[in-house]
Amino acid sequence: MQVPANFEYAKATTVEEALALLARHGDEARVVAGGHSLIPMMKLRLARPEALIDINDVAELSRIRVEGDALCVGALVRHAELLGSAVAGEHFPILHDAERVIADPVVRNRGTVGGSLCQADPSEDLSAAFAALRATAVIKGPDGERTVPVREFHTGPYETVVEAGELLTEVRVPIRPGGSSAYVKVERRAGDWPLAAAGAVLRLADGRIAEAGIGLTAVRAEHFFAAEAEDALRGAVPSEELFAEAGRIAAAHCDPGSDQRGPADYKRHLAGELTIRALRRAYERCMP
Amino acid sequence: MNITVTVNGRPYTRDVEPRLLLVHFLRDELDLTGTHWGCDTSNCGACVVWLDEVPVKSCTVLAVMASGKEVRTVEGLERDGELDPVQQGFTECHGLQCGFCTPGMLMTSRWLLDRSPDPSEAEIREAVSGQICRCTGYENIVRSVRWAAEHSSREVAQ
Ligand code: FES
Ligand code: FES
Repeated sequence: MQVPANFEYAKATTVEEALALLARHGDEARVVAGGHSLIPMMKLRLARPEALIDINDVAELSRIRVEGDALCVGALVRHAELLGSAVAGEHFPILHDAERVIADPVVRNRGTVGGSLCQADPSEDLSAAFAALRATAVIKGPDGERTVPVREFHTGPYETVVEAGELLTEVRVPIRPGGSSAYVKVERRAGDWPLAAAGAVLRLADGRIAEAGIGLTAVRAEHFFAAEAEDALRGAVPSEELFAEAGRIAAAHCDPGSDQRGPADYKRHLAGELTIRALRRAYERCMP
Repeated sequence: MNITVTVNGRPYTRDVEPRLLLVHFLRDELDLTGTHWGCDTSNCGACVVWLDEVPVKSCTVLAVMASGKEVRTVEGLERDGELDPVQQGFTECHGLQCGFCTPGMLMTSRWLLDRSPDPSEAEIREAVSGQICRCTGYENIVRSVRWAAEHSSREVAQ
């Protein structure tokens, strides 16, 4: 039987209360929401927080809404809620593509968007999706609110810019007309982590690609995106050849390692091929 | 910590360590051993219960997180001495062999049918895709859920 080490437990019902509890419990406190990453790590004693601050009852963090020209996704939104959100799917099909293949339906009922980002697992899907979308993370702390582009949010495997005493509260995704998006993943069996996955976001203007976002998961792409492939796409006329070229560049610029999920060269191949497929699908979706 | 959890409509108050998992709270503190405990790693789904009307893997939820909330377990499926149609379906269609996965399968199936009363085979397979059965090959589980979809509670009661 796997049992976490002892810890103190406190429930917050507002962001202010959560921040106060974090301040009181100091560096060794961790925020828990769905707990589907943290609790397993605590069972294995890979994590041993002295205090858990439970934010499951912080209702203000559970909202999905459009504000100005952005879709705002609260940190406590469950994966199942993002998957079920019509407004999220309408603007960003990439989010529904990704959510459909994150873990399994029962885990998705509990796991949260914010928890996934903060866990910062290199194989986690939403990090690449939000990086491709050029989303912004909203972080609250004792000194107020700050925003950080998701492309700068991760500082390494399992590490983010969120400091002790701070709380990720929301992810904002800019809504831009004239585009679409897609996410494609290869996993070994239903609900597993990806061998590799790619997300593509395209915005078209006058028959050319005005802006492109390419997110890559599980292949050690720096900050989960493929800058060089995006450069090749920007300003170009979409075509199969162009997408193939972007795939080649994306594969060349990631650095997958061999592990129990698969060998590095296969993952690199997938990074390229899945980039092409995601671009193709995003482009098809741009068509009325 | 003192917690009160409502399980199958009845409130239970217990003094527990914050590290106690919901699955052990149900089984060891409340003697509700219908909920099974398998992998302990949120992979197998034997431990699925409803938490505030939503199926969750109770090996990955702390009991303290359920304080003030409603839990429904397999023991809460039957109503007034009548089996739920999903329980009846699993009986009719041989939806179980050893029965280890069954409580979790039943809870997820009930939830699926509440939201989607006439699910396709693909929908059923997707709904239970986070749950492992080592006996049935899933075929009879799918048939059992279909049986339940085709027989409403009233018919089963009669
Ligand atoms: S015991 Fe909870 S998922 Fe296996
Ligand atoms: S009936 Fe034995 S595991 Fe499903």
